[in-house]
Amino acid sequence: MIDMIVTDPTLLIEYTLMAMLLAVGVAIVRLRDLFAVVMLLGVYSLLSAAWFVSLDALDVGFTEAAVGAGISTLLLLAAMLLTARSAEPVSAIRHWSAFAVALAGGAALFYAIGDMPAFGDPDAPANAYVGLQYLERTQADIGVPNVVTAVLASYRGFDTLGEVVVIFAAGLGVMLLLGMGGRKPRKDGEGEE
Amino acid sequence: MNPHMVLRVVSKLLIPIIIVFGLYVHFHGDYSPGGGFQAGVLVAVGVMLYALIYGVEEARRAVPPWTVRAGAALGVLVFAGVGVASWILGGNYLEYEVLHPDTAYKAGQHLGIILVEIGVLLTVFSVILAIFYAFAGRAPDIPDEEW
Repeated sequence: MIDMIVTDPTLLIEYTLMAMLLAVGVAIVRLRDLFAVVMLLGVYSLLSAAWFVSLDALDVGFTEAAVGAGISTLLLLAAMLLTARSAEPVSAIRHWSAFAVALAGGAALFYAIGDMPAFGDPDAPANAYVGLQYLERTQADIGVPNVVTAVLASYRGFDTLGEVVVIFAAGLGVMLLLGMGGRKPRKDGEGEE
Repeated sequence: MNPHMVLRVVSKLLIPIIIVFGLYVHFHGDYSPGGGFQAGVLVAVGVMLYALIYGVEEARRAVPPWTVRAGAALGVLVFAGVGVASWILGGNYLEYEVLHPDTAYKAGQHLGIILVEIGVLLTVFSVILAIFYAFAGRAPDIPDEEW
């Protein structure tokens, strides 16, 4: 492993980030104070964002930084303020059964790694068929340097319209359920509606 | 003195930069990573940071809830409207080439992509802020001693 790091120093960054993710994950499981847990979840998202950037997935990286570290943290904070500040202690049996499920899932993923193409492999199915077509034709068809944008907004414009409608429907659901005015309960105990 | 003086000063400097960066991510989305989704999220984060520092009521005055409600629907309408416009101009639904006569430089494609991404930006920004208002409007502000 040492000689791999010497030939490719960016690996050191990735290993460090993975170790930090693991440490933050363990801390989140161990903590009872939900305020600290929410903050650590934000740290976890920020670390994953840095990891995505080191894997050259720049747009995924800054979406994760804005959504995971920014918006989710704020929403979890608001949810925490509405409910409880600290978690109830959980029995050891439930801890260990959850650990067993996580271990089994992780082992299955590790088993599957052998069948995955190498990172950035040009012969990988994701890069070979329709992906290659997009890379070859975008300049002539759309004239936009960013192929991701060309696929998202032009080739697959209809899908993206569907996605926007889904987001709209999600927002509509929240607005219908929770309302937007944020009517605080009246003091005379009459309830809200 | 306000106990959050440093936070207030720093956030006042940062919020405009966050919003301008969000718009940059949107309008430069053809050339660099990003687009309407990320831009909408970034601009919404700017407003949410404002709400976190100055309180939800202040943010509600700056970006009233009715604009958020209207924006969510308007974004979908803009996106779908670009499709209808390309229909009227003689193309297929969401066929951007017909939007602009300059076919040599693919101006129609550029125009169509920017327009539908504006729709995406509006909807994403509005929906995120709507969810935030719905939650934060019910939660009490964090008391000073808990910061």
